Amino acid sequence: MVAFSGACGVPGNNRYADRWVPVCLDWGEQDVAAAAETSLSITEAGGELRVGIAGPLTVEAVARLDRQFRQAVTASPRQVVIDAARITALDSAGAWALRRTSEAFSGRGIEVRLDGLQAEYSALYEKAFIPDPDVPTDEDRPNPLIAIAARAGETMFDMVHVGRDLFGFFGLTIVSLLALLTGRTKLRFVALVSQLEYVGLNAVGIVALLCFLVGVVLAYMGSLQLERFGAAILTVNLVGVSVLREIGVLLTAIIVAGRSGSAFTAQIGTMKVNQEVDALETLGLSPVDVLVIPRLIALFIALPILVFIGDMAGLAGGAMISVLKLDLTIQQFLTQLKGAVDFWDFGTGMLKAPVFAYVIAVVGCHQGLKVSGSAESVGFRTTKAVVESIFIVIVLDALFAIFFAEVGI
Amino acid sequence: MAAMTDETFTSDAADAPAIRLRGIRNAFGTQVVHDNLDLDVRRGEVLGVVGGSGSGKSVLLRTIIGLQIPAAGEIELLGEKIDAGRGEMPTRKLQGRFGMMFQDGALFSSLTVAQNIMAPMRERGGIPKQLMRELALLKINMVGLPPNAADKFPSQLSGGMRKRASLARALALDPQVVFLDEPTAGLDPIGASNFDQLIRDLQSSLRLTVVMVTHDLDSLVAICDRIAVLLDKQVTIGTMAELVANPHPWLQEYFHGPRARAAFEAPGLTG
Repeated sequence: MVAFSGACGVPGNNRYADRWVPVCLDWGEQDVAAAAETSLSITEAGGELRVGIAGPLTVEAVARLDRQFRQAVTASPRQVVIDAARITALDSAGAWALRRTSEAFSGRGIEVRLDGLQAEYSALYEKAFIPDPDVPTDEDRPNPLIAIAARAGETMFDMVHVGRDLFGFFGLTIVSLLALLTGRTKLRFVALVSQLEYVGLNAVGIVALLCFLVGVVLAYMGSLQLERFGAAILTVNLVGVSVLREIGVLLTAIIVAGRSGSAFTAQIGTMKVNQEVDALETLGLSPVDVLVIPRLIALFIALPILVFIGDMAGLAGGAMISVLKLDLTIQQFLTQLKGAVDFWDFGTGMLKAPVFAYVIAVVGCHQGLKVSGSAESVGFRTTKAVVESIFIVIVLDALFAIFFAEVGI
Repeated sequence: MAAMTDETFTSDAADAPAIRLRGIRNAFGTQVVHDNLDLDVRRGEVLGVVGGSGSGKSVLLRTIIGLQIPAAGEIELLGEKIDAGRGEMPTRKLQGRFGMMFQDGALFSSLTVAQNIMAPMRERGGIPKQLMRELALLKINMVGLPPNAADKFPSQLSGGMRKRASLARALALDPQVVFLDEPTAGLDPIGASNFDQLIRDLQSSLRLTVVMVTHDLDSLVAICDRIAVLLDKQVTIGTMAELVANPHPWLQEYFHGPRARAAFEAPGLTG
């Protein structure tokens, strides 16, 4: 191999005619040693451009020489000879480089001759062909900033569409439930029981534990503050009212949205990817009846029970701190609690539970049925289901708070 | 099949087999899948791997490419020893020199077909963006996909197109050895025979060594130079004619069943 040092040449330019053009070696040093020796020479004499390649023309060499190949085709000679006799190895990238160079000239009506390509490479050369190279490249994509703005706009539209879709789906579940109540469809009892076990029984531990801990924190922090006013006993009122009215139901709903709402999306979404949902339709079954209604009813039954358990656990946490830190007896705690809360403190919490259950189930199942095609979509929809259901739960909770305040309970 | 005598292989021990397994043992719990298994795959051949369900075809493939670490035995790929015991992964050591086509494609679902094919090129580095794009389009054309498939996502393709896209990704860096896991499963007969022809074409023009697990007798007859049969936890290897003559009862049943006869009777074949 002839080695050149010094300036990098610009091939295909007349000023450099009749000269070997050295190859730039200032980048691509990590390439395989053999490919680093590959040289490209561009010589022009009497209107004939000779493109000579020596050494292995494989992907490393092509990557390194890509710029030179592209510059070579900017010349406008009368005819071109591609001298391939000294190519010692060729892969599909190399074959493409030859083919592209050749066709760039012949496309402009310049006569091209490919000389000396070994017979064993000719099949590969024939294969190295792109029918329509003018498809948009990565570079044609819009500016990332514009893309972000466009996505933000699309998201706004999406939110409106999602709201409309969700409302439609909500109506669909109502219709299905009515069909169930009027006896036109059957309740899938086995599915209901297995869902009840999953969303209800299996969630008892985590709901009870978290509500207990939050009750402990509330009582502890409350007693620290209230002690300063000599009103430590009011800790019991604080824990009682906040747990029963808000904390119990909100915390439980968020836990259930995270563990059951997301599971609904993932289960139904995976069935959608596996075409199981399509299979149901072909059997004449409605996916809403078979998949959504049992989950919806199961959550409708389970969430109020879980909220009740959460309420009790939260109060137990408060009681524990009252006994340990305020030196109350259990009896005193209960007496104080009885004076502090009335039935509607408990009732408002329990009233919200079935509403939240309905929202979580509908959002989870709706997102599950919206899964399309790929595994990636399952993950995306699951995240959306959790975010959406928690969002709606908290918004509804705020509306409930205003409503209950207005009606005075 | 013509022997490989070209220079691209000179960097390796030239006459070493493409793949060489010695004394491989794979076991899951008490269930032994392979025991003292030897296998040589010659350079430039198309080797079919067959065997009953559960005989360990996929495990064999996964062992060779390093997704399954054998309990014992030696693996040599392209003349280089893979020391699985020291945590050496053939995928790292021989990056870009072999490609794998998975049964259901295993395309990255968040990337377009072109980006899938460009993924191994990006990993290698040093290839200009525009060239990468061109090479991706080239591979897409080579495997017989229309150019507009380039910017589609895998979920927008049919099963047969996904297989082709997966093959294109396996070929992205012009590997020397390509592994195919049931390449024609789930294709219609025309699609399957086109795919066979495609593998044969690419094999001869890119001078590949191909190892394919298949249940498709037509593929075995049409494109395989030799066939490796997984029998009794080991490999029995030979040409179609040798295996047909083998008295082992499983082979007799396999090659003399009604489906096999139909495959042999297809025109232009030497059974």
